[in-house]
Amino acid sequence: MSDYSLEGQSPGGRRQDLKLIGKAYRRVDGPAKVTGQTVFADDYTAPRMVFMKLKRSHLPHARIVGIDVEKALAMSGVVGVLTGRDMPDTFGILPVSQDEHALCPDVVRFVGDPVVAVAALTEDEAEEAMRAIVVDYEPLPTIGSVQEALNTPEPRLHEYGDEGNVHKRITMEFGDVEAALKDADLILEDDFFYEGNTHLPMEQHATVAVPEPDGKVTLYSSTQTPHYLHKALTKVLGLKASHIRVIAAPNGGGFGGKSDPFNHEICAAKMALKLGRPVKITLTREEVFYCHRGRHPVQMHMKTGFTKDGRLVAQHLQTALDGGAYGSYGVASTYYTGALQTVTYKLPKYRFDSIRCFTNKPPCGPKRGHGTPQPRFGWEVQLDKAAHALGLDPAQLRLKNLVEPGEVTANWLKVGSIGLRKCIEAVVEGSGWNERYGKLPFGRGLGLACSSYLTGAGLPIYWNHMPHSGAQLKLDRSGGVALFCGETEIGQGSDTVIAACVAEVLGIGLDDIRLCVADTDLTPVDLGSYSSRVTIMAGNASIQAAERAKELIAEAVAQRLDVPKGRLVFADHRVFDAGDPETGMSWQEAVQCAESLHGTLGTTGSYTPPRSPGRYRGAGVGPSPAYSYSACVVEVEVDPDTGLMRVEHVWMAHDVGQCINAASVMGQIEGSIYMGLAEAVMEESAFKRLPKNRSAALVHKIPSMLDYKSPTFLDMPKMSSYVIEDPDPNGPFGAKEVGQGPLLPMPPAVANAVFDAVGVRVDQVPIHPHMILDALAAKAKGRPPRFGPGAFPAFDFGTPLKVPTPDEGGDGKATNPEEAGIRKDQGTMPETSNTGGPRR
Amino acid sequence: MMRLPSFRLLSPRSMDDVTVALADDPASTRLVAGGTDLLPNMKRRHQSAKTLVSLRRVEALRGIQGDGSSEVRIGAGTTLAEICRSDVVKSAYPGLHEAVSSIASPLLRNMGTLGGNLCLDTRCSYYNQTEEWREAIGYCMKECGDVCWVAPGSSRCWATSSTDAAPLLVALGARVKLDSVRGSRVIPLEDLYADDGIAYLTKERDEILTEVLLPSSDKTKTTYLKLRRRGSIDFPVLGVGVALVQDDAGGVEDVSILLGAVRSQPTRAKAAEDRLRGGALDDDAIAEAAQLARKPAAPLENTDFLARWRGAMVEKFVARALTSLRGR
Ligand SMILES: Cc1cc2nc3c(=O)[nH]c(=O)nc-3n(C[C@H](O)[C@H](O)[C@H](O)COP(=O)(O)OP(=O)(O)OC[C@H]3O[C@@H](n4cnc5c(N)ncnc54)[C@H](O)[C@@H]3O)c2cc1C
Ligand code: SF4
Repeated sequence: MSDYSLEGQSPGGRRQDLKLIGKAYRRVDGPAKVTGQTVFADDYTAPRMVFMKLKRSHLPHARIVGIDVEKALAMSGVVGVLTGRDMPDTFGILPVSQDEHALCPDVVRFVGDPVVAVAALTEDEAEEAMRAIVVDYEPLPTIGSVQEALNTPEPRLHEYGDEGNVHKRITMEFGDVEAALKDADLILEDDFFYEGNTHLPMEQHATVAVPEPDGKVTLYSSTQTPHYLHKALTKVLGLKASHIRVIAAPNGGGFGGKSDPFNHEICAAKMALKLGRPVKITLTREEVFYCHRGRHPVQMHMKTGFTKDGRLVAQHLQTALDGGAYGSYGVASTYYTGALQTVTYKLPKYRFDSIRCFTNKPPCGPKRGHGTPQPRFGWEVQLDKAAHALGLDPAQLRLKNLVEPGEVTANWLKVGSIGLRKCIEAVVEGSGWNERYGKLPFGRGLGLACSSYLTGAGLPIYWNHMPHSGAQLKLDRSGGVALFCGETEIGQGSDTVIAACVAEVLGIGLDDIRLCVADTDLTPVDLGSYSSRVTIMAGNASIQAAERAKELIAEAVAQRLDVPKGRLVFADHRVFDAGDPETGMSWQEAVQCAESLHGTLGTTGSYTPPRSPGRYRGAGVGPSPAYSYSACVVEVEVDPDTGLMRVEHVWMAHDVGQCINAASVMGQIEGSIYMGLAEAVMEESAFKRLPKNRSAALVHKIPSMLDYKSPTFLDMPKMSSYVIEDPDPNGPFGAKEVGQGPLLPMPPAVANAVFDAVGVRVDQVPIHPHMILDALAAKAKGRPPRFGPGAFPAFDFGTPLKVPTPDEGGDGKATNPEEAGIRKDQGTMPETSNTGGPRR
Repeated sequence: MMRLPSFRLLSPRSMDDVTVALADDPASTRLVAGGTDLLPNMKRRHQSAKTLVSLRRVEALRGIQGDGSSEVRIGAGTTLAEICRSDVVKSAYPGLHEAVSSIASPLLRNMGTLGGNLCLDTRCSYYNQTEEWREAIGYCMKECGDVCWVAPGSSRCWATSSTDAAPLLVALGARVKLDSVRGSRVIPLEDLYADDGIAYLTKERDEILTEVLLPSSDKTKTTYLKLRRRGSIDFPVLGVGVALVQDDAGGVEDVSILLGAVRSQPTRAKAAEDRLRGGALDDDAIAEAAQLARKPAAPLENTDFLARWRGAMVEKFVARALTSLRGR
């Protein structure tokens, strides 16, 4: 099915000094996963445990008039209920969007919004009781799209937000775009649409809450962000933070869908405290669709100027996000639909306008690529159109415009290493692009696209000066090393990454390391498995802790052997003299030396990303310690008779800086190809209304795994992966992310390949067969050979926040915050960055 | 997790015990064979039963007899996987092999049976949803509501017949045996179905389908084309089953063209058959027949894909099926 190649781009080729890092080896959690021994959240059980179900709203928008739980409480096995009154405090992942209740107290905002929690001795009894609960509602008008939200400023879904049902409005300009466009030889204006979709992890969310005799509570949960969940629980339960313990169980897939604190988690904890019994809840697949936090549906208008020879002049991008019923990460998502537009190709002037609207649908949030696959789709398709219009090769057009290593972009993002040139060269060569593009028979086509992604968000979600990630090592005379880190394994391989970092530094094996992770009582804080941050942040923290342990041991061994400390080598479970390898001792003896000299051994490490140069409101979203790069070529077969399409082969090159585990890197590349393909050709979170004169329903069209279409093995193309290693100075051993980036170029590459195959454009995803047929029919009738969305919604964005670019001699600050209506109290993301630098 | 409601399970070994159990309280008793259709439906609570009578232990319902030179009999309890593996089916009725091996996925074919497939409940995206979801739309006619959400002006239910085996078996002229305490009867499979999403089977509730009888395959060529989103798992959004008998000159002696998943029953493209019968199977004939085949199809917005596109595909798929048989 697939092949794979590794290419080192550092001056001397692949690094030879590393023993473990960079090789392909078995994951530390692998044996348990493949033998079914991993304990997922739903596998936890405890004596006297009861089961909980949530009664969810069946109306898309309504005021709660009455709740009748009498009948349910009288049923066999039922032990307790909770309603909104029991948890009046709000929560939410972002400090600026604390708009959720554990149970809705007065208004429900989408089908699936929870209203009552009920617990019973068995799951069956809990389910029957849930069905017996009666909630009376007074229906309210509903909003199903961005346009409807703009047309319906009242009633507002929430009392906060920028105006009416517009949750967030952004407008900012880096240099004078309109003036620059006057000099462009070619200006393209396009409307694109990217449909929403969801994460679809195999594991449904589950939580077990266990009360303790002294009034404390412990939560085992399938969460990607135990630390943020801990904060939300503290707020809503009203307990001291130190009385709540959150343990993130290994997640059976997350992809961003388990990054918010959820209603069921808070209700389980509250119920456990109320009943004095352990409480379990495992969501049904339908409920997972309602938790959502998936990809925002985004409409885009993109206007870009080019010179004759294909250089970028300026861009004006507008995006409109359908946010669903709550804030979630939405404010960040909104910024992300514009922030990374500049880090791939040099864009001298850039303007970005965006709105996110509230609608009566499950809340959208972060899914793999968070906010960036949508504009990336438009961008890469538009570049393909530009290449065509200018008579240039799409690969050459991109190569001409690449951002330079170390560059600061127009919107003040500092790029580190960039291996994109090598990526493009690899897929161009692998796919036979130069010989085959534009020359294949009708119905067969190649498409190319590139992308870039963050290696960890530069700022935490709530404003603070503390590290983003911490690690702690305990070593003793057994020779065993315990590594404590708040990092969460969600299937991406992060447990292996931190263990490998420590093993490499100390010259020991993965099996010498005992991991204790993702436990808010026992492990140093890590902000969570999101934004591709774990390898760089928990990796660097672990390396720092290991370097400090190495220092302690080296000191003791140097004394014992009478060898200068600087000459000691840690490798192959030994510590020895580089000049005379025979002079040395086993790892265990070395630790014993150190324990004898220093007493009990323990070290810590932590990581905080460097400060970013942007100083304007909104500059907090986009900065990252390092950016990864991908390039991809897709080959498709399109049947012009039916519109049916099959992706036959994908060549994907990814600049990961440095592999930590080559096998995991390959897994992430292939997994990203899979998910990107899914979004390109089938997955969509579609909603339906019924005839308005008969019903006010607004429901998820297909909340089931059979009908929400995601590709099977049989739908997968052949994959050729190329790993490019252009080490970044900020990465652990030079490593950058790989978990999200390679998804991004897939959808536009597929759309571009369809164009090469049959000569029509589909300016939206997923691409369904009727869209190709309709575009072909339009072409046959002499109309524009395109299927895509209509005009961008009319909206007055007001005066943009003006920020001079680095080339214009700017200082990273906006020149007109008052004019642009930025008030101190209205902010969403902190305007200035943190103090920066790794913390000692 | 989604839970099954409670029910009583009977697991008889003899056919007599099955028919007696069914006759006891036909309105609230259901047969369960592989359970791959019924049990998910019961979890979602749009089908219910006080008593389930399992057919798993009834040996008399299993097996394939005959070699295709004369009649072949397939027991209703034979699993789809067994049918896929059968050499007789592969060689004598290749279209049936194509149809059955396209059903669901390997795991589901290990459990699912032919009888269950032929009696499969009709499907609709307003109906094959959880109880909570259906409450959110206020239910529809197929359940306890009074409106069809797909065609609100309609007085009937348009849920789609989604069995992959039926179109091909009807095209082949298969008959089925129905047993009950009142006796036994054999009817053409085609007559088992009615074009009504609710009352889609004509059999009585106390009758059990015991066997499927296939006429000798002598001279008959068969094929089945299935349209669906993915390479596996998905129900058909269109199925085309064709049985063709050609004379020595290659002319059409007899032809049956059955469409699946475009109405509430397997649907005969009669005008297309009439156009072909007695004539040559040339490109023009195929094109005209394919066009005529589109008429009886009534795809609605209640499955995957746009209905108008599925309608357009009827013509393409019928043409492809006929063209491929011509070459065999
Ligand atoms: C994910 C998924 C995908 C699927 N995809 C397909 C597909 O692509 N194509 C397709 O055709 N089907 C598909 N199915 C449906 C189903 O798996 C098959 O149709 C299967 O053959 C049903 O057989 P069964 O024995 O499991 O039926 P059961 O579920 O046991 O029974 C189905 C119905 O038939 C009745 N019944 C069973 N046996 C008899 C009998 N002998 N006499 C009278 N009534 C009887 C039952 O009472 C019940 O009403 C799919 C199912 C799932 C869950
Ligand atoms: S076709 Fe109409 S009545 Fe039948 S199941 Fe669908 S919505 Fe209900």
